[in-house]
Amino acid sequence: MSAALLEVEHLAVHIGGLVAIADASFSVPEGSIVSLIGPNGAGKTTAFNVISGYMRPTRGSIRFAGEAITGLAPERVAERGLVRSFQRTSVFMGCTVLENALMALHRRGKAGLLAALSPWGAVRREEAMLREAAWEMLRFVGLEARAETLAEALAYGEQRRLGIALAAAASPRLLMLDEPAAGLNPSETAECMALIRGLRERGMTVLLVEHDMAMVMQMSDSIVVLNQGRIIATGAPAEIRANPEVIRAYLGSEAAHVAA
Amino acid sequence: MSGLARIPWSWGFVLAMALLPLVFPDPYVLAVLTSAGIFIVGAISLNLLLGYTGQLSLGHVAFFGLGAYASALVSLGFDVGLGFGVRVTMGPQPVWLGFVAAIVVAGGFGWLLGRLAFKVRGAFFVILTVCFAQVLRMVALNWIELTQGPMALIGIPAFSLWLPGQGVVALTSKAQNYWLVLAVAVLAFLLVRQVVNSRMGRAFVALRSNEALARSVGIRVTHYLVVATVLSAGIAGAAGSLFAHYTRIIDPDVFLFIYTVTMVIMVITGGKGSLWGPVVGGLVFGLVPDLLRGRAAPEAQWVLYGVAMILFVMFLPRGIVPAVAGLWERRR
Repeated sequence: MSAALLEVEHLAVHIGGLVAIADASFSVPEGSIVSLIGPNGAGKTTAFNVISGYMRPTRGSIRFAGEAITGLAPERVAERGLVRSFQRTSVFMGCTVLENALMALHRRGKAGLLAALSPWGAVRREEAMLREAAWEMLRFVGLEARAETLAEALAYGEQRRLGIALAAAASPRLLMLDEPAAGLNPSETAECMALIRGLRERGMTVLLVEHDMAMVMQMSDSIVVLNQGRIIATGAPAEIRANPEVIRAYLGSEAAHVAA
Repeated sequence: MSGLARIPWSWGFVLAMALLPLVFPDPYVLAVLTSAGIFIVGAISLNLLLGYTGQLSLGHVAFFGLGAYASALVSLGFDVGLGFGVRVTMGPQPVWLGFVAAIVVAGGFGWLLGRLAFKVRGAFFVILTVCFAQVLRMVALNWIELTQGPMALIGIPAFSLWLPGQGVVALTSKAQNYWLVLAVAVLAFLLVRQVVNSRMGRAFVALRSNEALARSVGIRVTHYLVVATVLSAGIAGAAGSLFAHYTRIIDPDVFLFIYTVTMVIMVITGGKGSLWGPVVGGLVFGLVPDLLRGRAAPEAQWVLYGVAMILFVMFLPRGIVPAVAGLWERRR
């Protein structure tokens, strides 16, 4: 197993009196696709928010590429190469698809105020580089033809794809995707899976929160199962599928789904 | 495409405005357009904050007033005691130095306000900015040794310019002041256009559109909001300087809330977040009061503006420029 890119150790998050995450430790090896699953309310989204800097943990530490990032602001976490997508409001409304991609490439550029006032030489080259990278990303996710469309005018599936493109645009080392397939039909889900695999081939490590079990089982190198704020199982898809505690946590129909 | 059509219509507009005093040298019209132009510069600066970063500053007149006072005091000279036996004295300086001082002082206060106020958003930010302008008005009213308080700073020199063959010439005629304001307005417009079309401008819009998402891709919220405020304040300070040297007298009323409201109305009716919005809104609301003068009492005018504002928000919420641009797109 290669070195861990992300290491979460003894993470605990208390929100008021509620214990959202009691004690969670897991790691994401570089170059892998790891899924974080669990029933609703298990603490998956909270874990995402804490890792990406939107919430502070009560206890525990988060290390990314060997450095502590616990409690850093989201923009600082992003600068280090850890970028997440959002389940809802995942795009910049009121802006075209191309503008969205350019905004998402922010940390690939350097131009500040003075550069904005002197648009020659290096600044012009940087702007051309950013535009090329934006087009390249749109081609990659198949939204090239929609470049001049406003984000809110996209079909739902396209909006989801743009959301992934925005998180992946600046080539983060770790890409965290929050339910990328939520609300997608089977063919869109297949496209989404191909897209995520393509991003991994480009060198991105992926941490996935997803409810679509077929997708999770097919794609993941390893799966972390959260239930009521605790990790109840970690392992390869085959091990997770056979784990009695996981089946119990999911209950009834969902247990059948996992076993399928 | 013919040669004429290649010239952007925007430069045609600037050219037409520049030629106006030559073909139509009516001092009254020029005076009205000059004051409208000064407020358009203020509205252009407000649009950067309100339109592009989406932050509503209801204390924008503070930067305008700071610019006016800074410019006037530098060009008049001052001698003021700060207590502890410290006196600051400065003799009268050239007006252009006052203009620079206006930008620097307003920009500096913009930095300060941005640093303090952007810890909060929404209503709290709005309240902080209103208080900021009120505090400055109180200072201007009561620090009589520096500002003369309600007695006003009088005898402020007019702008002067070095012209080849004529030496330094004071710009005292209506047409000269009109051209000066036009030139500053064009510069302010180009500056804002340059910024909003850059990587920085995209960061502003990203913050307005979706702050959480913007942070997730590495856009530093406070940094960009402070930079936007400094720029916006600096341009508003320049407008204040133009005002001081054009009217040649300023009193604490330059900090009146109604001026902020005027600039906000210009930006919102014209179209916030569009480059031409504050220009169009500024022309409409800069000219309408003078068209109504003598026909409607000032009180009735303010009621009319209120009604117009409500109608705009209800029926043209994005403003004149985006609405017209949308119509144009659909017709093509």
